Amino acid sequence: MKEYALEIHDLTVAYNEVPVLWDIELEIPHGILIAIVGPNGAGKSTLIKTALQLVKPMSGSISFFGKKYKQKRKKIGYVPQRGSVDWDFPTDVLDVVMMGRYGQLGWFKRPTKKDKELALEAIDRVGMMPFIHRQINQLSGGQQQRVFLARALVQDADIYFMDEPFQGIDAKTEKSIVKVLQNLRDRNKTVVVVHHDLTTVSEYFDWVTLLNTSIIATGPVNEIFTEENVFKTYNKNKSTLLR
Amino acid sequence: MSIIQIETLSIAILVAITCSLPGTFLVLRQMSMMADAISHTILLGIILGFFIVHDVNHPLLIIGAALIGVVTVFITELLNKIDLIKEDASIGLTFPFLFSIAIVLISYYARNAHIGVHAVLLGEIVFAPFNRLMINGIDFGPKALYIMGTILIINLVYIIVFYKELKIVTFDKGLAAVLGISPVIIHYSFMSIVSITCVGAFDTVGSILVIALIIGPPATAYLLTNNLKVMIGLSALFGSISATVGYAIALWLDSSIAGCIAAVIGFVFIVTFILAPKKGLLSTQLQRHSKKLEFSRLALLIHIINHGDSKEEKEECSLNSIHNHLHWNKSFLERIIDSAKRDNYIFVDKDILKITEKGKSYAVNYHQNILDRISVDN
Amino acid sequence: MLSLYELFANDYTLRVVALGSAILSIISGALGTYAVLRKQSLLGDAVSHAAFPGICLVFLLTGLKNTESFLFGAFISGWIAAILIRTCVNNTPIKLDSALGIILSSFFGVGLIIITYIQKIPNSNQAGLDKFIFGQASTLLIEDIKIMTLLGAAAVFIVIVFWKEFKLFCFDKEFGNTMGFPIKVLDILLTTTIVIAIIIGLQTVGVILMSVMLVAPATAARQWTDKLWLMMIIASVFGAISGVSGTIISSLAKNIPTGPMIVIIISMITFISIIFAPKNGLLWKNIRRPLKTDSNIRLKGGS
Repeated sequence: MKEYALEIHDLTVAYNEVPVLWDIELEIPHGILIAIVGPNGAGKSTLIKTALQLVKPMSGSISFFGKKYKQKRKKIGYVPQRGSVDWDFPTDVLDVVMMGRYGQLGWFKRPTKKDKELALEAIDRVGMMPFIHRQINQLSGGQQQRVFLARALVQDADIYFMDEPFQGIDAKTEKSIVKVLQNLRDRNKTVVVVHHDLTTVSEYFDWVTLLNTSIIATGPVNEIFTEENVFKTYNKNKSTLLR
Repeated sequence: MSIIQIETLSIAILVAITCSLPGTFLVLRQMSMMADAISHTILLGIILGFFIVHDVNHPLLIIGAALIGVVTVFITELLNKIDLIKEDASIGLTFPFLFSIAIVLISYYARNAHIGVHAVLLGEIVFAPFNRLMINGIDFGPKALYIMGTILIINLVYIIVFYKELKIVTFDKGLAAVLGISPVIIHYSFMSIVSITCVGAFDTVGSILVIALIIGPPATAYLLTNNLKVMIGLSALFGSISATVGYAIALWLDSSIAGCIAAVIGFVFIVTFILAPKKGLLSTQLQRHSKKLEFSRLALLIHIINHGDSKEEKEECSLNSIHNHLHWNKSFLERIIDSAKRDNYIFVDKDILKITEKGKSYAVNYHQNILDRISVDN
Repeated sequence: MLSLYELFANDYTLRVVALGSAILSIISGALGTYAVLRKQSLLGDAVSHAAFPGICLVFLLTGLKNTESFLFGAFISGWIAAILIRTCVNNTPIKLDSALGIILSSFFGVGLIIITYIQKIPNSNQAGLDKFIFGQASTLLIEDIKIMTLLGAAAVFIVIVFWKEFKLFCFDKEFGNTMGFPIKVLDILLTTTIVIAIIIGLQTVGVILMSVMLVAPATAARQWTDKLWLMMIIASVFGAISGVSGTIISSLAKNIPTGPMIVIIISMITFISIIFAPKNGLLWKNIRRPLKTDSNIRLKGGS
């Protein structure tokens, strides 16, 4: 049996009292950069939140590299939506990126010099070196997103989940973030991105999952990202249960 | 019951109804703690007024107090505008400061002014009936009844006249701006009403009971209804009942009236909080549970639809192995299967779960509804 | 300066009271930082009022008048109130502000019932219970201060041990949760620690004013720094300054109660900080703003 980076079977999830994911089957192989695409409310964020155990599923199973979430937690990175945190919190860029190390450290242990070096390295990779001591609410949206990305990088994970990383940022930052993601992919990491912009899917990603409460199609972009499938996902809202 | 007791009870009920009117909007606008703030800071208004007129019973004291209430709102808003200060912090900064000034002024200058800090704060409604309205030597009853009666009328008139505006500003600020209703004018006029109510009630029942009466009954009513008018009515009702029961308990225990009424309000709230249909703790837990069953059943149906009549059906839909796929324990699975069977959604054929036409159309319709909602949202 | 020294050297009570005020202000400054950052500034107000029935009940049941038992009662009922508020907000549509207001007033109401009952018991010698309402710094004894220090040290210890966990929890709960730091555990632990900080101050500044000892130092400190640890230290220092100077002023001028004086001073420090602090202060921001637009215009013109 082939071992996938992320394997989801028979997953049904309700969010805010509404079932948004209907019997999802999804297998994501190693070392790809994959977009999850679909209309608002189709369950894209819920899917990755369920994978990260922030939302409890109704039924089904999720495994990472053939193992349970708990056993692999340290190998899972996460970039939440930018609006989910308090940007007025008194902390600077270096400090936020260091938070990415906390998971590896576990309870009570303090970050060491090595953790700091790793953090600095990650900050350098996203081009935020000039701002390491900048208070986070004095950063632009794009810069904030890059800090989040650096924080995920220091998690030293094998699979990354990103919830709309390109929302509200400038085109230049978007391109540079994509470069970092592609670089991760080249090092055999798996990157799962909730994505909004249909026009950039082919340019940025290897794989795509088209989602509208159920999986419409999933696979390599050049095979799956067809006009017909996209139309099915966005326009023709007929229940997929009817076959 | 003696005349004095009847008068005390009438005052308590009157205060309760008067407080519940602005209280409803305060709770809905998520500004309950402004009542806490104002009911403390008006002490400063009373002291400052006293310095001007040197008479504890002068009406100017009430005006001064109401003004300070509005000033409290103003300072809070001012602090709110600063980036790094959140709304709760601005309230938490403003009122202890103004209240402390009042305490220091009382302790330093007004020791013999008979402004008992204790009485003002903890309330001595017991004494309210003894402060009587005398005109030409004729006794017209307790002054508090007239004061609170007037405030009740003011509140009623204000809420009736500005009902629509208040409602829009409370529920939809954006719409208010579009319709040309100034949220600022409504806000300050409403906060003046709150302030006047606090001053009147504070004078008779003390600040703790003011807070309890303004916030408690409306919050309790909020758990029971989504209709604004019903909510106002229910708050007035809960306020009056709590006042009556609280007063009865106070008489029985020979205890603090303010304390008893406040405790009863809390008790009524806690009971409602646990038992309220729809929004209560118990019913939300039950709803969650029944939703869980409903969704689990749905999950089972979809699973069978997706895997039925396929080559993996034997593994995916068999009574012996389906729990491995859905990740349910056996007893939970049995419950769900039983309930789905009872509704004729599924049947068992040689240990394989099969879906019925009824089950299929139920699941498909459910899914279709959700998809339709998504396409409306997009 | 000499006279101030003499004042302290000659007055044992003043030394004790000043020390007590300083300790309580330092602790509440430190823990208040988290209360303010979590937007729970008014939790202090509710918890301090809610602690009152606990104090009365302990006295009613045991007849003991020592500080340990009072603080124990205060802690238990304050903690119950905090958990009730949390349950209320998490499980029903009731918003935080309403939950705070109801718990505050009804718990305090129960306290009033118990205290009027105690007052009627002959020879109960209840004198001293109502010092918790308005606070009476002058009744502080060296034994009280030992207990305050002990509790305060425990609170600070928890903050230090869970430093990175609390920071992560306050900044980004969900991210923390994905890294194995559960939201619920940290929420209850941090709330409990804040409750400890609140009850420490009750005897000195009283139920009504205690909340500001959490809010004001932290808000003031936030204006001066963008670092969490520094914010906590500055808040403690501001707290200590107001604690000690409030005590001195109230001892110099007769009839001025200590608690409210401390509150006035810490509020003044806060207002000054809001206006004058560099970088985050209002004045500074207003000076900088036009400069910023100037450079923007220049940039645009150049390109």
